[in-house]
Amino acid sequence: MRLSDIKRILNAEVLWGEEHLDREVISACGSDFMSDVLAFVKNQALLLTGLVNPQVVRTADMLEMKCIIFVRGKVPGQSIVDLAKERDIVVMTCPKRMYEACGLLYSNGLRGNCDGDD
Amino acid sequence: METIKLVYPVEGGDLIEAGEASSKMKLTLKKLGLPQDVIRRASICMYEGEINMVIHADGGQAEVEVDTDQIIIRMQDTGPGIPDVAQAMQEGFSTAGQTARELGFGAGMGLPNIKRYSDEMSIETELGKGTTVTVRIKIPQ
Ligand SMILES: Nc1ncnc2c1ncn2[C@@H]1O[C@H](COP(=O)(O)OP(=O)(O)OP(=O)(O)O)[C@@H](O)[C@H]1O
Ligand SMILES: [Mg+2]
Repeated sequence: MRLSDIKRILNAEVLWGEEHLDREVISACGSDFMSDVLAFVKNQALLLTGLVNPQVVRTADMLEMKCIIFVRGKVPGQSIVDLAKERDIVVMTCPKRMYEACGLLYSNGLRGNCDGDD
Repeated sequence: METIKLVYPVEGGDLIEAGEASSKMKLTLKKLGLPQDVIRRASICMYEGEINMVIHADGGQAEVEVDTDQIIIRMQDTGPGIPDVAQAMQEGFSTAGQTARELGFGAGMGLPNIKRYSDEMSIETELGKGTTVTVRIKIPQ
């Protein structure tokens, strides 16, 4: 699924990386615990989270993720967006809650691909 | 290839900056052209160790040795030590405080993650003296 499709499905707003929406992701991960994100890596390139701080970006960076989506309409400060930009990670914010955002993506064909469920 | 030695100081207290050392190491490993999976595993181990040094031990130092066939990461701090290592290694065990939890840490998954992604892991710790977590990651030839 392309980031542009994800943006449309979630009614998300792009905070950085409008020119990279043609990037393709095949799975995603949603969590508010960073070690939890790091525990079940395969090739999730998309992180959905309700947490807003630089560690979210660093965690995504360790996994070479392509995009972070902040749920519940949270908008990160410019320093967080800049950190993501430096690491070439697209940043979006979407009004949906975590459960709904994940459910929408899943039902549109984007699977988790985490340990144990693939 | 000669052994490459890298040293990264890790500042204590500041959870906002935590993770910088891991980012730097990751970039260096990329420049060395190591396999993606090796870089990812090394980066996760280092990041978890680095965050632990900041949250639980007021900082420390990470030493990274890159050889042709392995990466050794040694994360050393002079913090409070770990009273019960077996318990600390259990998934879900955490003594992280409120501030760390608000930033998304404290799931009690860090040390188990290090074990999961490394080929060997050892913890030396002494109460009141500090903790050293050493990790070995093999580089497939
Ligand atoms: N360097 C350290 N110095 C002192 N205690 C430590 C250190 N590293 C880990 N610990 C202890 O071991 C526990 C488990 O560590 P672990 O990294 O698995 O979980 P956590 O840091 O609490 O949460 P998470 O890593 O999921 O964010 C910690 O809560 C802490 O009590
Ligand atoms: Mg930890």
